[in-house]
Amino acid sequence: SSKTLRSVSVDLNHDASLLIDIPDALCERDKVKFTVHTKTTLSSFQKPDFSVPRQHEDFIWLHDTLVETEDYAGLIIPPAPPKPDFDSPRDKMHKLGEGEATMTKEEYTKMKQELEAEYLAVFKKTVQVHEIFLQRLSSHPVLSKDRNFQIFLEYDQDLSVRRKNAKEMFGGFFKNMVKSADEVLISGVKEVDDFFEQEKTFLLDYYSKIKDSTAKAEKMTRAHKNIADDYIHISATLNSLAADDMTANKKNLEKLSDLFEKFRKVEGRVASDQDLKLTELLRYYMRDIQAAKDLLYRRARALADYENSNKALDKARLKSKDIPQAEEHQRQCLQKFDKLSESGKKELTSFKGRRVVAFRKNFIEMAELEIKHAKNSVALLQGCIELLKSN
Amino acid sequence: MATSSERSPPPFPDSEDQDVLDAEEVRGRDSDEDEDLFGTTIDRSEVTAGVIDPLSQQEAKQTSTAPVIDLSGDSQPVTSKIADPLVDLFSDAPPAAEAKKPSSANVDLFDDEEGSDIFAEPLQTKPAKQPQKSLFGEPDEDVFGEPLGAISKKPVPKELKEKSVTTKVTAGGPLQDSKPADIFSQAAASTPSVTSTVNPKTNGVHSEEDGDIFAEATVELSLDSPRNERKKEATAKPSAPAPTSLPAAASLAKPQPPALEEVRDGMNAYMAYKVSTQTTLPMFRNKTFTVRRRFSDFLGLYEKLSEKHGPNGFIVPPPPEKSLLGMTKVKVGKEDSSSTDFVERRRGALERYLQRVVNHPSLLQDPDVREFLEREELPRAVSTQALSGAGFLKMINKATDAVSKMTIKMNESDVWFEEKLQEVESADQQFRKLHALVESLVVHRKELSLNTASFAKSAAMLGSAEDNTALSRALSQLAEVEDKMEQLHQEQAASDTFTFAEMIADYIRLLGAVRGSFDHRMKAWQRWQDAQSMLQKKRETEAKLLWANKPDKLQLAKEEIAEWEAKVTQYERDFERVSATVRKEVIRFEREKTKNCKRQVITYLECLLQSQQQVSESAFSYS
Repeated sequence: SSKTLRSVSVDLNHDASLLIDIPDALCERDKVKFTVHTKTTLSSFQKPDFSVPRQHEDFIWLHDTLVETEDYAGLIIPPAPPKPDFDSPRDKMHKLGEGEATMTKEEYTKMKQELEAEYLAVFKKTVQVHEIFLQRLSSHPVLSKDRNFQIFLEYDQDLSVRRKNAKEMFGGFFKNMVKSADEVLISGVKEVDDFFEQEKTFLLDYYSKIKDSTAKAEKMTRAHKNIADDYIHISATLNSLAADDMTANKKNLEKLSDLFEKFRKVEGRVASDQDLKLTELLRYYMRDIQAAKDLLYRRARALADYENSNKALDKARLKSKDIPQAEEHQRQCLQKFDKLSESGKKELTSFKGRRVVAFRKNFIEMAELEIKHAKNSVALLQGCIELLKSN
Repeated sequence: MATSSERSPPPFPDSEDQDVLDAEEVRGRDSDEDEDLFGTTIDRSEVTAGVIDPLSQQEAKQTSTAPVIDLSGDSQPVTSKIADPLVDLFSDAPPAAEAKKPSSANVDLFDDEEGSDIFAEPLQTKPAKQPQKSLFGEPDEDVFGEPLGAISKKPVPKELKEKSVTTKVTAGGPLQDSKPADIFSQAAASTPSVTSTVNPKTNGVHSEEDGDIFAEATVELSLDSPRNERKKEATAKPSAPAPTSLPAAASLAKPQPPALEEVRDGMNAYMAYKVSTQTTLPMFRNKTFTVRRRFSDFLGLYEKLSEKHGPNGFIVPPPPEKSLLGMTKVKVGKEDSSSTDFVERRRGALERYLQRVVNHPSLLQDPDVREFLEREELPRAVSTQALSGAGFLKMINKATDAVSKMTIKMNESDVWFEEKLQEVESADQQFRKLHALVESLVVHRKELSLNTASFAKSAAMLGSAEDNTALSRALSQLAEVEDKMEQLHQEQAASDTFTFAEMIADYIRLLGAVRGSFDHRMKAWQRWQDAQSMLQKKRETEAKLLWANKPDKLQLAKEEIAEWEAKVTQYERDFERVSATVRKEVIRFEREKTKNCKRQVITYLECLLQSQQQVSESAFSYS
C-alpha cells in the first residue's frame, strides 16, 4: 500500500477534502503508466472519486507549468519526480542471461530472483516519488487550487496533446531561465533581509553537501548489494562442493552453504533498507532544496528587477519623462518582491520544519531496521555455529 | 602376486569416532610394521594429525597432554612457532604457560619410561584456545588461527601414549632417512607432538579456539577449561600493536622490515621470518629456539621432503607459491595495504605449512625438518630460485612428468583410488571457484568499507552545515556510527581474507599435493610393470639360450633373471606400499580437512558474528 512505501515525507494525505494516491502502475517496455486515483469532497471537481492513467511526462508537464506560473513564484514548487530508471536492473538482467552457462541452475534462479526484486524496488520507488509529488501539491493551500493541477487529476483524455501545446506556448522559457540561472546571481544581489541572507547561505552550502552525501550513500548501498550477490555465488559453490563430498565434511558444507543463502537475503534487505531510508531520503531532499533555491532565485530576480526599476525611476525623474510608468513599474516590482519575500519566508520556514521531521523519522526507522537485521544475522550465525559444533 | 592391500578405506567417522579411527589406523599400521618395539599396541597416542589444523587453533586436546607432560618430568609442550620478532620476549612465556597446563591430573595415565628415545609422547593439543571474545572487546579477526597445530611434543619419548593425549598426532613411525623399508618400523606409540603456534593476530585479538571438537576423544575433559584459559592466553600472539599482556605462542612472526632483518639491497632484499619452536621432544637440542629463515629456505625444505618422501606415497604439504609480483612490491617498499596483505598472507601460509609438516608424524622424524627448525644458518637453497639452472631443470622435469602422465595408462585394480582421484579433481575445481568468489567478496567488502568511510565524512559535513541543532547532532552521530561500521567492514574483510580465503587456497595446494602422491603411485606402478616386462624378456632370452645350448651365457642369463625377479618383487612390493601409504595419507588428509574445515568455518562465522553484533550495538547506540 502506498502508505507503507512512503519514506521521504511525512504523511501528507491527511486532508480528506482532496486525497490522492497511486494505487497501481503498469510497466511497459520503457514507459510506466501510473493510475492516479483521486477522492475528493471539493465541488470544483466533477466527480467525488475517479482515476486517470498518467505517464511520467505528464507529471513533468504539470511541474513545469507550475514553475512557469508567475503567481507561484513565491512558493517552493515541489520537485519533479525523476524519470523511472530501469536501466540498471535491465543491464544486469542482460549480463545474467549472457553468463547463464557458467552458473548452476540454482545460482541462476537465485540471481534472477534478486534482479527481479531489484526491478520491483525501482518500480516501487518511482511510484512512490510520483505519488509524493502529487500529495505535496494537494496539501499545499495555494497549489492545490491550481487549474492545471485539476486538469491533471481529472482530464480523462490523453494529456499529451495539451502537453505539446503548453510547451509551444511557453517554450520552456522560464524553465530555461531558472535552469541557467547562476548562483552567482543570487549571491551577487545585495540582500536586504537577514532571514533571507541566512537562508541563502545555508541552502547553498547544504545543497552541495547533501548532493555529496547522496552520491556516497548510493555507492555504499551498491557495495552492500554486491556483497549480497557474492553470497549467492558462494552459497551455490559450497552446495556443489557438498554434493561432491563424501566425507563427514559434507554436512558442514551444506550448512555453510545454507547459512550464506540466508545471509544474503539479510544483506540484500540491509542494502535495500539503507537505500530507501537513507539514500532516497537524501536524494529527495536534495531536490527539494534545489526547489527552495529556485525560490530564492526568483526572489533575487524580483529584487534585481525592483532595483532596476528604482534606477529606471530615478532616470525617468531626471529626464522628467514617463514618470508615472516608471513609478507604476517600480511599485509593481516592489509589490512582487514583497509578496515573494513574504510567501518565501513562510515556505522556507515550513520547509525547514518538514525537512527536520522527515530526516528524524527516516533515521530512526533506518536505525531500527539495521538493528533488526543485525540481530537476525547474529541469530543465523549463532544457529549455524551451534549446528556445526554439535556435529 | 603381491597382494595389494585391498583394505577398503575405513569409514569416515565423525569426530566422535576418532578414537575408533585411531585404533583402526593403528591396527593398519601394525600389519605393515616389522616390529613393534614396545609390543604394546594400545598406546598409539593417537593424536590425529587432523587435530593440528593449521588454521584453527583448536587443538582442544590440550588438557590431556598436560598431565602427560607432567609425568614426563621436564617435558613441556612443544610449540614451534614462528614468533613475531617484536614479541620475542613472549616466546618464553608460552612455554611457561604451557608447562602450567600440564599440571592436570592425568598423571596416572602415563607411565614414563625413561630410556626409549624413539617415541615422542603423545602431545597435547595446542593451546591456541582463545578465550572467546569475552576477553577482548574487539571482533575477532585473528587471521591465522591461533595455534595452528600446536602439537606439543612430549620430550619423554618413552611414555606410554595414552589416547588421553589431547592433541592428536597420529602415531607414526619415525621416518628413517631414505630407508625404503618399514616406514612404520617404530611402534607407533610415539606421537610426536609439535606445537606450532599461532601467529600474531593483527590486533592482538585472538580467534576463538574451539577445542570442543575433540572433547570426546580425550578423557580428561574436566580439566580442560582452566587449562584452556591459560592456553588461550599463552597462544595469544600479539602483533605489532598487540597488547603485550598475552604471551605469544608459536607464531610465524610477521616480518617487520625495520625491526626484522630485512636486508635492504635493492632487488636483493628479502624478508626473513622468525621461526620459533617450543618442543619437548628429545631429538631437539633445546626446548625452545628461534631461527631466521627466508622464503627460499621454506621452499628448499619442501623440495627436499618431497624428493625423499613423495615417491613413497606421502602427501607432503606444499608451501605457498613464489610470487614475483608480491615480493617485488614489498621490496620496492610500497607501503600500501596490498603489500602488507601479501606479507601477512604469506606469513600465515608459511606458518600453517610448517605446522602441517610437523604434524605429520613421519615427516617430523626427518632430519631435514629438524635442521630447518634448529640450525642457525641454513645454506641457501639455490635450487628454488626461479631463474637458475636448477630451476630450469625442475621445469623440464615437470614437463616430462606431465607427458608421461598422459601416456601411462594405469591399470587401476583398485577402484577406491580411481574414485578418490575423481573426487580430488572435482573438489579442486570447486575450491578454485570458491576461492575466486571469496576474493571477490573481500574486494566488495573493502569497497563497502571505503564507501562507508566517505559517506561518514560526508554526513559529518552535512551535520556541520545543518542549522537545526538536534538534526545536526543526529547527523554527526550518524557519521560516527558509519565510521565504526567502516572499521568493522574493514576487519571483516581482513577476516574474510585470512581466515576463509587462505584456508581455501591452502586446500587447493594440498589437493595438488594429493594429486602428486597419486602420480607417484602411478610411477611406482609403471616401474613395476617395466620391471615385469624386463623380466619377461630375460626369461625369453634364457629360453632361447637354453635352446641354443650356450651354457656360459645361460648362467649369465639365469643370474639376470634372478636379479630381475628380485626387482620385480621389490617394485611390486614398493607399489603396494606406496598404494597403502597413499591410501592412508588420503584418509588422514580428508579427516584433517574435515576437522580443519569445520574449525575454520566456526572461527570465521564467529568472526562474522562478532561484527554483526557490533553493528547492532552501534545502530542501537545511534537511535
